[in-house]
Amino acid sequence: MQFMLLFSRQGKLRLQKWYVPLSDKEKKKITRELVQTVLARKPKMCSFLEWRDLKIVYKRYASLYFCCAIEDQDNELITLEIIHRYVELLDKYFGSVCELDIIFNFEKAYFILDEFLLGGEVQETSKKNVLKAIEQADLLQEDKNAYCPRAFFLYVASTDAIGCPGGSWLFMKPCCYGHS
Amino acid sequence: MPAVSKGDGMRGLAVFISDIRNCKSKEAEIKRINKELANIRSKFKGDKALDGYSKKKYVCKLLFIFLLGHDIDFGHMEAVNLLSSNKYTEKQIGYLFISVLVNSNSELIRLINNAIKNDLASRNPTFMCLALHCIANVGSREMGEAFAADIPRILVAGDSMDSVKQSAALCLLRLYKASPDLVPMGEWTARVVHLLNDQHMGVVTAAVSLITCLCKKNPDDFKTCISLAVSRLSRIVSSASTDLQDYTYYFVPAPWLSVKLLRLLQCYPPPEDAAVKGRLVECLETVLNKAQEPPKSKKVQHSNAKNAILFETISLIIHYDSEPNLLVRACNQLGQFLQHRETNLRYLALESMCTLASSEFSHEAVKTHIDTVINALKTERDVSVRQRAADLLYAMCDRSNAKQIVSEMLRYLETADYAIREEIVLKVAILAEKYAVDYSWYVDTILNLIRIAGDYVSEEVWYRVLQIVTNRDDVQGYAAKTVFEALQAPACHENMVKVGGYILGEFGNLIAGDPRSSPPVQFSLLHSKFHLCSVATRALLLSTYIKFINLFPETKATIQGVLRAGSQLRNADVELQQRAVEYLTLSSVASTDVLATVLEEMPPFPERESSILAKLKRKKGPGAGSALDDGRRDPSSNDINGGVEPTPSTVSTPSPSADLLGLRAAPPPVAPPAAAGAGNLLVDVFSDGPAAQPSLGPTPEEAFLSELEPPAPESPMALLADPAPAADPGAEDISPPIPEADELLNKFVCKNNGVLFENQLLQIGVKSEFRQNLGRMYLFYGNKTSVQFQNFSPTVIHPGELQTQLAVQTKRVAAQVDGGAQVQQVLNIECLRDFLTPPLLSVRFRYGGAPQALTLKLPVTVNKFFQPTEMTAQDFFQRWKQLSLPQQEAQKIFKANHPMDAEVTKAKLLGFGSALLDNVDPNPENFVGAGIIQTKALQVGCLLRLEPNAQAQMYRLTLRTSKETVSHHLCELLAQQF
Repeated sequence: MQFMLLFSRQGKLRLQKWYVPLSDKEKKKITRELVQTVLARKPKMCSFLEWRDLKIVYKRYASLYFCCAIEDQDNELITLEIIHRYVELLDKYFGSVCELDIIFNFEKAYFILDEFLLGGEVQETSKKNVLKAIEQADLLQEDKNAYCPRAFFLYVASTDAIGCPGGSWLFMKPCCYGHS
Repeated sequence: MPAVSKGDGMRGLAVFISDIRNCKSKEAEIKRINKELANIRSKFKGDKALDGYSKKKYVCKLLFIFLLGHDIDFGHMEAVNLLSSNKYTEKQIGYLFISVLVNSNSELIRLINNAIKNDLASRNPTFMCLALHCIANVGSREMGEAFAADIPRILVAGDSMDSVKQSAALCLLRLYKASPDLVPMGEWTARVVHLLNDQHMGVVTAAVSLITCLCKKNPDDFKTCISLAVSRLSRIVSSASTDLQDYTYYFVPAPWLSVKLLRLLQCYPPPEDAAVKGRLVECLETVLNKAQEPPKSKKVQHSNAKNAILFETISLIIHYDSEPNLLVRACNQLGQFLQHRETNLRYLALESMCTLASSEFSHEAVKTHIDTVINALKTERDVSVRQRAADLLYAMCDRSNAKQIVSEMLRYLETADYAIREEIVLKVAILAEKYAVDYSWYVDTILNLIRIAGDYVSEEVWYRVLQIVTNRDDVQGYAAKTVFEALQAPACHENMVKVGGYILGEFGNLIAGDPRSSPPVQFSLLHSKFHLCSVATRALLLSTYIKFINLFPETKATIQGVLRAGSQLRNADVELQQRAVEYLTLSSVASTDVLATVLEEMPPFPERESSILAKLKRKKGPGAGSALDDGRRDPSSNDINGGVEPTPSTVSTPSPSADLLGLRAAPPPVAPPAAAGAGNLLVDVFSDGPAAQPSLGPTPEEAFLSELEPPAPESPMALLADPAPAADPGAEDISPPIPEADELLNKFVCKNNGVLFENQLLQIGVKSEFRQNLGRMYLFYGNKTSVQFQNFSPTVIHPGELQTQLAVQTKRVAAQVDGGAQVQQVLNIECLRDFLTPPLLSVRFRYGGAPQALTLKLPVTVNKFFQPTEMTAQDFFQRWKQLSLPQQEAQKIFKANHPMDAEVTKAKLLGFGSALLDNVDPNPENFVGAGIIQTKALQVGCLLRLEPNAQAQMYRLTLRTSKETVSHHLCELLAQQF
């Protein structure tokens, strides 16, 4: 895999992970181009598309798009399930994850991703093993006073500039599990 | 319910993020960010030492700001400090910051590497993993240099934790991809292969990726992985759906690992060991069988995971391309998917079938799905799926279904998405040519293409149809008739006019007998389109008109009338004006015989790979044309589709000027078309740029040599070339050569290309090639000013007896040279006998009203006609002795003018033209050469010896030739070079 992007329906980038060396300028260009391309696609269209010399695999969960760029010989369907397993990991960790969790706890989203994928390859597919690593870290949490339990009051108070609450649970709609 | 973030939520960070989200405008956001940056900066600079938590919080805020798309230029040091914290969460944030904001600041890298080194040595697995993640995320060369040697050790160490091994494997993979040279192969590689047997599935999952990458470069070192991979795969495939516990995904056992193992096997040919192969084939069959079983879950994740393995299995089967049974089963399975309700599966099935179509075992099986695929092309709602369907039709096309597929693609073209029209056009054009049983069908197809999607028909496509029609006389009459009919349409595409104009100009006579398409009708039909066309097309039509005058004398008066019209003769476009003037003159001056010769039918084009195919490949990237490339499944297809084959009756010396298509790939950098003079006009009809000019193309060396033969007399270029008699301006008084002319000439004794002359107005470049007694020279005249040169006339003069020694043919160049422009002049040179003085080049022009004149020596010296001769020492000395008469030898002892460098000397001697003979002279410091001067009348054998004396900084040069004058002349020429 060459990179993974998470962005909202409004085109706001929520997470970016690059597995190939690119300049910041290039990253921004790619992001802009892909966000535009993917958002323009209709719901029932196929989840794969050719883009430059890469294959793009994407899937939407509630308000969030998960989008991976893979190489020619890579397997599209298994990439789709990489995305799904990542969403499951987030969901398990946060407990019914929503876009706001990823915004407010972006560092956690990165840590979980690093345990799951490393250098663009699947490192560990067992949910238990991935989360064990992250939860261990949480147990090591030292400063209990600074601890901020899932800042729900902040979530609710906050809205995007465009007014999107971004609070829908990624797994709320049944269509996210079943086929669409 | 939310297990509440067990995390170490940082309240200050959450508040900041919330603030940002509440900003109502971009400006407000920037303002808030700047405020925060100022705050963080002051904290970092403050006297009070920050505690770890605060540092972590601020570093995290900076990271957030960076990820929003803003630049961050501080905080790196604080992040590095966090790396050495012994609190896990602080270290973690430090590493995250470093991973995202890599900075090549060398001081920092040293500190970072230090921290990583400490963590790797800490024997604390969580710290080790963090450090490995950081290396893998950054993946820079500096990190590779620091750690590439340590990581293999960690990977195979017996006491490494599983999670550490996993991270180490993928970390090493990333480093290997970035800088393979840094990762040393060695004893550890064998142990890595054995990780395939590891008990921990996660370790295997990570290790397979590493092995797959390594074995691509060193297949032999990793060969043992085949049997290990097969047995691992076999265990997974045959396990019950719950055996693997957490590694089972929606009832599918270890899908990621299975896919990776199947990928690994695709790096190798089928296993040689029969037992291993048997076991593998069993696995593949099991996967195919499972596809037919009812699903264990309705969740899409179940079917995706299962089908991911299935598609990877099919890829492996296609890769092996040796099990007909499996290939056909794979094809049938894909056939089912073609009608699946999941768009994703239809897409993948179409894609995968494309590769199956190129296997001889499954090609027929793929073809049975043609109707489904055609239906997909018509009904799929997603353009990317339709594109796959078009690709598959292209791949499955052969002689038996070409007509159906081409007509379906043509129909699709009428409604196709703009984005893929050009590609469809190229595909149709290629299929129509490749599988044409009769060429009338081919012509119809291309004309249909132009009619339906004229805008998307690129030059390559319509050039190609003209090439084919020109080369095949059995289709010319049909082409003329069809194109004539197509032009009747009230609105036809300009590309149709181009094709029509060219074909009628060449073959209009074949349909002229029919009163409905009599010459005047043909002409008025074409001319009715004239005014609506672009300059390039109108230029082409003018050439058609002059051809009409030749083919149909009855149209002469009408056409001359058209050419004479003010709108042509005084056209603002130089090209059109020039054509009108020249054609009008040609038609009134030349006799019918001359006209007929000049405007003879175009000779056949040389055979070559279709440039359309090349274009499609460029468009689609490598492998696009693979299904068609070699026709390996259709070995008997060489009859009429193997390319453009000239019909035997018309085979003749291909005119160099007809080399139209190949040259377009890389237009030469010089010479606008105007410079080519009238000669190229007729053959230049295709080109609107300089591309059609021969021999200055991308490989001047090759092109040059092939053209050194005098142009075939029947070639239109030679006829219109207007060879200027060599001595014609001799009567005029020529100014003497400029003082530095000799010096300039000397620069070219040992080289053929370069700048001959340059002043503030004019630059003259030379490019030349010689073979035997022939030479061709290109002179490039560059106007360095911004003002047009007028009455520009360069001429070559042969003073005195040179006229009998050297023949130089020049072509006239345009009399105006625009400011900043460059024109080119071609000289054909023939050496009749040995000569001593070079020809003169006289350049005259008017610049700003003032006449300018300049005379140079043309860099043609007798040594240019050297043919190097290799000989043994014995032969050399024998000949040396034979040339022992005093007048045969010339010798010169002279001081070195340049540093005495053996390599430079060698290069100069080779440039001079003689062969350099090694191991002849007993003194290895000396140089010995031999060659023959080729002239039309005689050959002069030459031997030379150059003895450098480094101490004295002197040379002694000795020349022995069969002719006294030559010996002395060569000696003079060469002595000035050192």
